[in-house]
This record gives sequence, C-alpha cells and structure tokens, in this order.
Amino acid sequence: MTELVSIRDLKVEATSDAGRRIEIIKGVSFEVKEGEIVSLIGESGSGKSTIALSLMGYARTGCRISGGEVMLDGRNVARMGERARAGMRGAVVSYIPQSAAAAFNPAHRILTQVVETARIHDLMSEAAAKARAIELFRALALPEPETIGFRYPHQVSGGQLQRLAAAMALITHPKLVIFDEPTTALDVTTQVEVLRAFKAVMRERGIAGVYVSHDLAVVAQVADRIIVLKDGAVQEEGATGQILHHARHPYTRELLAAFHPSPRAGEPIETNPAAETPLLDVSDLVVGYGGLKADGMPQITAVKNVSLRLEKGRNLGIIGESGSGKSTLARAVAGLLPPASGKVSFEGRMLAPSAGKRSRQDLRDIQIVFQYADTALNPAHIISDILGRPLKFFHGLRGSEQDVRINQLLDMVKLPRALRDRRPAELSGGQKQRVNLARALAAEPKLILCDEVTSALDTVVAAAVIDLLKELQRELGLSYLFISHDLSTVRAICDEAAVMYCGEKVEQLTPAKMDSGGQHPYTRLLFSSVPKLDPRWLDSFEHDREAVSAA
Amino acid sequence: MFGFRVPLPSLIGLVVLLAWAVVAIAAPLLVPYSVGEIVDFDIFGPATDQFWFGTDYLGRDVFSRILMGARVTIGISLAAVTLAVVAGVGLGMLAALLGGKFDSLLSRFFDALSSIPNKLFALVAVAGGGSSIPMLIAILALIYTPGSYRFARSLAVNINAMDYVIVARLRGESFFYLARAEILPNILGPVLTDFGLRFVFIVLLLSSLSFLGLGVQPPLADWGALVRENIGGLPFGAPAVILPSLAIASLTIAVNITIDNLPRKIRDRSA
Repeated sequence: MTELVSIRDLKVEATSDAGRRIEIIKGVSFEVKEGEIVSLIGESGSGKSTIALSLMGYARTGCRISGGEVMLDGRNVARMGERARAGMRGAVVSYIPQSAAAAFNPAHRILTQVVETARIHDLMSEAAAKARAIELFRALALPEPETIGFRYPHQVSGGQLQRLAAAMALITHPKLVIFDEPTTALDVTTQVEVLRAFKAVMRERGIAGVYVSHDLAVVAQVADRIIVLKDGAVQEEGATGQILHHARHPYTRELLAAFHPSPRAGEPIETNPAAETPLLDVSDLVVGYGGLKADGMPQITAVKNVSLRLEKGRNLGIIGESGSGKSTLARAVAGLLPPASGKVSFEGRMLAPSAGKRSRQDLRDIQIVFQYADTALNPAHIISDILGRPLKFFHGLRGSEQDVRINQLLDMVKLPRALRDRRPAELSGGQKQRVNLARALAAEPKLILCDEVTSALDTVVAAAVIDLLKELQRELGLSYLFISHDLSTVRAICDEAAVMYCGEKVEQLTPAKMDSGGQHPYTRLLFSSVPKLDPRWLDSFEHDREAVSAA
Repeated sequence: MFGFRVPLPSLIGLVVLLAWAVVAIAAPLLVPYSVGEIVDFDIFGPATDQFWFGTDYLGRDVFSRILMGARVTIGISLAAVTLAVVAGVGLGMLAALLGGKFDSLLSRFFDALSSIPNKLFALVAVAGGGSSIPMLIAILALIYTPGSYRFARSLAVNINAMDYVIVARLRGESFFYLARAEILPNILGPVLTDFGLRFVFIVLLLSSLSFLGLGVQPPLADWGALVRENIGGLPFGAPAVILPSLAIASLTIAVNITIDNLPRKIRDRSA
C-alpha cells in the first residue's frame, strides 16, 4: 500500500486577541496509507481537530499553518494556493462534521445539498450524481433511500442526518474522508447504527479515513491505527490492538483507565424501606410542557407517572437517551417546572410544586448541578463571589467567616485557593464544574441533583469529578440523584438506577442487575449499545431496536 | 497580561467629546462676552480677531453663544437619556424576570408608544405641556424609553435563561438581587453603547425641536435655537448659522465613532 497522506513536522500557530502567537500544533508527523483508517484521539484542546482540518489546507480563523508539510495524494496542501485547495476539497478530501444539523442548510432539500459537491467540481451529470446519492443512501442503511433525499433536514432524525452528511462527503469518490467526532452528539443506541453504516461503506469502497474522537471505545471499532495526542504533540502511535492492550505512554494508560471506573465501593446500607421515611419520595409524577388540555393534562407530556424512592445516603441513577424525560424529571423535583399531577416529598414533608412557594429550608436541602458549567457560572462574578453568595444567603456568613468557608469549599473540591479571584472564563472545563459543585455544597444540602454533570467533560477529567463526588458523599453523607445517558458513569456512582424511555420509567435496576443487563428490551438495547474497548464488538453487535418498539 | 488598544478614530472622537464636556462644564469661565450683550453694530458679521465666530442677527458674539449653548444642549440631552435608559433597563429587566402577563402588557404598551412618530409626539407634547426645560427633559425621556426597554429586555431575556440565573432563583433570591447581580453586569456593555447612541438621537431631536421654535426658549439658546435664529444669515454665508450646525454635527459624529471603536478590553486567556 502506498502512502496517501504524509504529514511532516506540522506546526499550526494561533494569534490570540492580544496579538500573542501561540503554537498549538507542535511538529506533528504521521502517515495514512490508502484505504487505512487512522484515528486521532485526545481531549479537547489537544489539537486533534486542528490537525484534521489542516489536511484540507484549512486553519480556523486566527490560526495559520506555520511550518511543515501536508502531502495529500502527492501534493503539498500547506503550500497550495487557495484556488487549488478549493479544487481538492470535496473532490479528493472530504469532511464529515460533528454536528450534521449545523452543516445542512435547513431551507434546501437534502438531495440538492448532497449532490452539490459533485456539481461544483463538475464530476458527473446531475442525474448520475442523484443516482449515486441514492445508492449511497442505501449503502448507509437509510430508510426509504429513493425518497429520503426529498425531505428537508428537520424531517429526519439526528442519526439519519449524520449518515446523510456522510453521503454528502462520499459522493465524489474522495480518496480521504475526515470524520470530526461524527457520533459524539448522538445517543448510544443511534451511535451504533451510524458507526456500522460508516464502517461498512468505508471498508467496501477502500476509502482512507482520519477519524477524530475523544472516545477510545468508538475508535477501537473503526480505526486501523490510533494516534494519541496531547497539547498539540503526538504522545503515542500504534495499531489499534497494540494501543488497547499494550499502551506504553502514561497518558494513554490514563485514558484507558478512565474507561473502567471503579464501581461504587459502597457497603450496601441495610435499611428497611418500609420502616424509614425515604429522603426523596416521588409518586405518580406527570410533567409536561405547553398549555393544559381539557382533561387538565399538559399538551406535551415529558414524564408519565414516574415514581421513585431514594433513601438517605444512597444514590439513584436515572438513565435514558435524549428526549426520555430524565432532565424534566430533575427539573420537576427541583421545583423549576411544576408537575401536572403527582407528589414530591422530601424527608416525609410535601414539597410545593414550584420553587417560589418552597420554604428556604427546602430550597437549601435540594441543590441542582447542571451539565454545562459555562452557563451555570455567572461570567461577571469572581469565584469567591459565586461561592460567597449562598453562604451569605443561607447561613448569614460574612467577612472573614465567609472567607474561611470559601477556602474550605475550594479544598473540598480540590481546587487551589488561588482561584478565588479568577473569573469563570479563566478556568478549565473541569475546574468550572468543580466550582459549580462547590456552590451546591455551600448550601449544605442533603440531596444534590446532578444533571449530566460529566457529559461535557473529557474522559479523564470526568473520571476525576466522579471520584470527587464519591469522596464528598463519604465525608458529608450526601445523596445524589444522578442523571446521565452514560451507563458506565451511572454504574460507577449509583446504588440503583432507573431506566427512562419515552417519559416512562421502564425498569429499576439493582446493582446486580446493572451488570447483567435488566429485563426490559429497551434496557438491554441501551446496555448492549455502549461501545466496548474490544475492536470486534461492533461486528458482533446484535441489533434489536424492533424488539423495543414492539414492547 | 492586560492590553488596551485604542484605534485612532476612537481617539479623535474621544478628544472631541472630552472637549465638549469641558466646554459644557466651564462655559461661563470661557466666554469672552456675555451671551445676551450686543457687542457689534454689524449683524451676521464674518469671523474676525475680535469675534472668532462672527456675530449673529442682533450683533451678539456667536462664539460665546455656542459655548453657552453647549451647556443647554448637552445638559438637557444627558438628563433625558439617563432617565430614558434607567427606566428602560429597569423595566426591561423586570419584564424579563417576571415574564408572563406583566411582560406582555408592558411590552405592548411600549410598542404602542413607539408606534407614534418621534417628532410628531414631541410637537404635540410640547404644544400641550409647554416647553420648560423639565418638560423638555421629560418628553425626550418618554420618547426614548420604549427603545431602551426593548433593547434591555431582549438582552435580559437571554441572560435570564442561563443556568446561573436559574440557580439563583432556586436559592430564592429577590428580584432586586437577580437584576443587580446576575443580569445587569452581563448586559452592561451593550447597554452603555445603546446609551451613547440614544444620546445622539436625543441631541438631534432636541435640536430639531429648537429649530422649529418649540424647544429651548429665549433668553436661553441651545444649538438648534442658534441655527434657527440665524437662519436669515444663510444667503450671506454667515458663520452664525454654519458654526452651530457644525457643533451639532461634531458632537453627534464624535459620539458615534467613539462607540463604533470602543476600546475592547482584551485579555490573553492563554497567559
């Protein structure tokens, strides 16, 4: 096999707002052979997307390729004129973005957009391009391949749109396809379908690919070779099997280790549920959006008759994919969205449906931590103000007393005290999430609602946050209602897990069942869809979404 | 590392603005002649060593009258814009935080107000209420409150949807705290820009009112009134009519270019 891509000592420079030059890619070299899929893996900011974009001779606004060469199909893309680059883009190298929804123009039909590249490069007649598009739709296992192209982007699902973006990239018979985290935004059950379609098409046509991802298990399924990146430099490179089983570099090992979080070492607390009042008791909760219908039910019901019990000092996980109603449930418990019917009681006392009517004690006892630390921390405040406010509000702490407590809180979440005077924009994602947690702890709550708290974080950082949550629980006797779409996270921290599907709780799993996979077909699909580090997993995966729809 | 970079046009604008501010404050100390005094037999006289900007239709010193006019124009406009923006931003944040019926009612009310043409509204209001200075300030403020309200409300609605505001609400914080600590700091930049632009609109509206004879009344004279009283000098190309117009133009353009090139506080986040 010959080398299709050869990157030599690539350097990319970024100019900051203040005019400082920062090298973000520090001399990266690697090759991609024809028909080979190479994966770039690393956390956010490691430069993996920047390298992938340089294969098209493109650098994001404010960045430029400052050194090295990018040989693609015998030509140096880094030194090429813009017109020559435009001639290669789409024809020789094509790109599949993370968010297909943002890549499609909502005002045009899908087919028109899919065949557009072929027409721009004048590679085939319009009729031929359309015929090829339909053939690709079929190869990518899209439903109704003949007519799906006549729909608009909003009329297909996220997973389908991602595959349609792949069809758009493949229509010109490119030699190289760049996948930029194409399944990261998808639910696990959808991810499996998309990955399968990608893999089948790439293998069948012998197209080379560069697959950018932060998820080792996903990469294990599609890549022939893995390149591990950190801080703009290659840490380790090797065949997929070698990286997975014989990783040498400490950072790679850390990535692998984050994949097997230690299960909750919680000694099973012996409680008699009938005798003791549970900490949180949710019964027959119905929550929805929109106006009320004639029968007093909301227009759109997001949570249907859900009942939950959470004992003190224990953790309950809520698992489900997007749209399953798990976040809505948390919002109803917090009092952000008053339920249409049903009851929420806390330590035996009934909670008012909306937060505005709850007592200060109730508000203090239940704290919520959101997924995106970026929007959860006021960018105009410094950290000590963010933490100081709940201290003053709930406990009346001021001045030096407040200072001492802020330092304690920062210690608790393992942040250096020097961060007190910084603003959120000056912290990393993981640090922000810790501040977010510290603010919840400042109230001295009994229950923390964690809404996808680790989903926006890198694997290694997320694992550290989970460890922190466990440690805080041991020290402070907290309980968590832990909402996540990620099974391994839930398994790592929860005693029990409720599985939500289409607004209903389909099953409640005990720890023993969490490993074996549960009874309900949806639970089984959800569990089996989580990619495993084994490269053979995808090929042996058995698809049974039909069984779920039937149930 | 902190870095400031002030572009040249912004610097020019800023210098002109500061100069007018100094003039407005220190006018009585700067004027060579008393504003009401007839100092020359020649009317619509040209610029001379003695009368830098010439003389007006009664033979008064135009330079002194423009300096004193700056006080009136800038003072009334500043008072009106402050009232309009404080009312608009306050109500805008209130509407965003309370939402529901209150928001709808207030928004429709202001929509109705802003559907009346500015100048027509001002003319009718002056005809009804007279043109004393407090009345002028109140009318100008009322005319420009709906725009400020719309602007502030749309910014505040976006901030209100942020998780940090939700967290503060869940804590049970008061409206006043939410508005002051959570929302205001995050909309302040655009609000200040809007303040500047609105100031320009008010200067122009006040000048046109005075030009029509319905604004500032003699013996006081703002720049619009100076243009009006000397309009007879236009066929002679008298500085008495041209220079007050230039004063209006220089102030409004200076505010505009200063805002367009506001020095952005730049912070190097990688350092």
